[in-house]
Amino acid sequence: MTPAASRSPGVARTARWIVLGLLLVFSTLTLLPFLWMVCASIKTPEDYYTHQFLPTGGGFLGIAWDRLTLNNFVRLFREQPVARAILNSVMLSSVCSVLATLCCAAGGYGLSKFVFPGRRLITNGILAAVVLPPVLVLGPAFETLYHLGLLDTYAGLILPTVAPAFGLYLFRQAMINSVPGEIIESARIDGCGEIRIFFQIVLPLVRPMLGAFLIITFLGTWNNFLSPQIILQNPERQPLSVAIFHLRGLYGADYGMIMAATLISIAPVMALFLYLQREFISGLTSGAVKG
Amino acid sequence: MSSRRPHPAWAPWLFLAPFLLFFAAFGAWPLVRSFVLAFEQTFGPRTTVYVGTLNFRFLFHDPLFWAAVRNTTVFTIGTLVVQVPVALALALLLNRPDLRGRSLFRLIFFSPTIVGSIFVGVIFSLLLEKRTGLVNTLLHAAFHSWNPDFPWVDGFVMPSLLMASLWLSVGFNMSYLLAALQNVPADQLDAAAIDGANAWQRFRHVTLPAIQPVIGILVLLTVVGALQLFDLPFILYADSFGNGPNNAALSIVTYLYQTGFRSGDLGYASAIGWILTIALVLIALGYRWLTRGEDAAA
Repeated sequence: MTPAASRSPGVARTARWIVLGLLLVFSTLTLLPFLWMVCASIKTPEDYYTHQFLPTGGGFLGIAWDRLTLNNFVRLFREQPVARAILNSVMLSSVCSVLATLCCAAGGYGLSKFVFPGRRLITNGILAAVVLPPVLVLGPAFETLYHLGLLDTYAGLILPTVAPAFGLYLFRQAMINSVPGEIIESARIDGCGEIRIFFQIVLPLVRPMLGAFLIITFLGTWNNFLSPQIILQNPERQPLSVAIFHLRGLYGADYGMIMAATLISIAPVMALFLYLQREFISGLTSGAVKG
Repeated sequence: MSSRRPHPAWAPWLFLAPFLLFFAAFGAWPLVRSFVLAFEQTFGPRTTVYVGTLNFRFLFHDPLFWAAVRNTTVFTIGTLVVQVPVALALALLLNRPDLRGRSLFRLIFFSPTIVGSIFVGVIFSLLLEKRTGLVNTLLHAAFHSWNPDFPWVDGFVMPSLLMASLWLSVGFNMSYLLAALQNVPADQLDAAAIDGANAWQRFRHVTLPAIQPVIGILVLLTVVGALQLFDLPFILYADSFGNGPNNAALSIVTYLYQTGFRSGDLGYASAIGWILTIALVLIALGYRWLTRGEDAAA
């Protein structure tokens, strides 16, 4: 018997409506900024200043549909290298997430399923590094990239993200929890090579963590602003996060343009989110769980 | 047991090599360098002078650094006070057993998490505008005495930052707490109800102790994240490179960015980074100390 059912049906029904009402209010507040952004991006500058959402008029539902325009989007693609920025973001996020996932999965496997001298030292070192704020190494990493001649290159942006300490830590935990040592041993007895064991037996066993970590790093790279802002100088190479920053300065009070650019920037990840929502939510929250 | 076939000695190093290589180059080595740099003064990546503890002594008397520490602390406390209770309230609403459409509501609340703080900053800089922004319009519609020219961004820096960060991450925190709430044993709640415990007593004595470890982790994550505040104020106050009116928006990481990458003194920036790191390590140790023994119980 649930607690709600133990009370009179009238009280339970009222409570249910109150809860539903509160949730509707909060979800409206959550969705309004999205709706407002979409509306702003398809309005003319005049309508932006006179109407909060869509311009009112004599059309269907009292809205002046004929005053809506895609001009902001057309102008954006014509005047700015937005298409290039989208490609940059897609490329950087995909490459970073795939490389980091492979690197961390292999490292986590090496660290958890083998006995070798130095294992404790590496484990403790990585654990300590999880606590460090990324900005601490930003300056010296910039210096290293300068000496390697990698400033203002994609490689300079990608390579420092390939070995995140918390990724190794997550995969070490996943390997300990879901890869039984006996399977690896029996594969070895059957004559299976070490690399084949990793790709054909170990990786499939940690598939949920692979998906979760891919999503975390993809989104993290997509939304990363600080390091591309520092490492890349050529505007052609900038991802959307940096491009939007410059567009905002460039278009000043042309708010429709800015909202159109923001919409374009978040639409791809939003679509991915709606498509993979369960994996997203469990992936992002699992990335936060420690231990 | 004696039939155990050992792995080749090189096998673990083969798998660890890519990670260790990149970690050494872009994690461990920069870490060592940042320690050295904290005792140097630099002018771009080429010129450095050893200055001993001058950076730290200078920081101690640097009014901008203290402004950054104060702002970041206020933001962190504000985030905790606003974020955790709202997230918990939403999670409790969503956890009602007779609720329909739970996954749809969760999806809606979670969606801003995907947007990312840079884009949230851009959206809120327009939402909080004086006459044309949605926030003032809604408040004016709800309370007619509300001034539609209310200067959110220019005059109320912390409320503006807190509002944007609430929209950005309350759904993430809510999902986290909801997962914990769904693991609270139902039979304990039922037993308490049968014993005559009212809703508040059940929450206080059954639910809250059960989800307390998750609240603890959430508080830790929120504090660690809030102390590294950068994107939101940097976008909202782009004109002043994140300083805001009277330096009211300046955060520790923003100041680190400005000194290291705008003024080119990576040494001073490293000193700031180490102060921040020490604060974070102390907080993590404090959390370990507060939750000691919890691992064994859980």
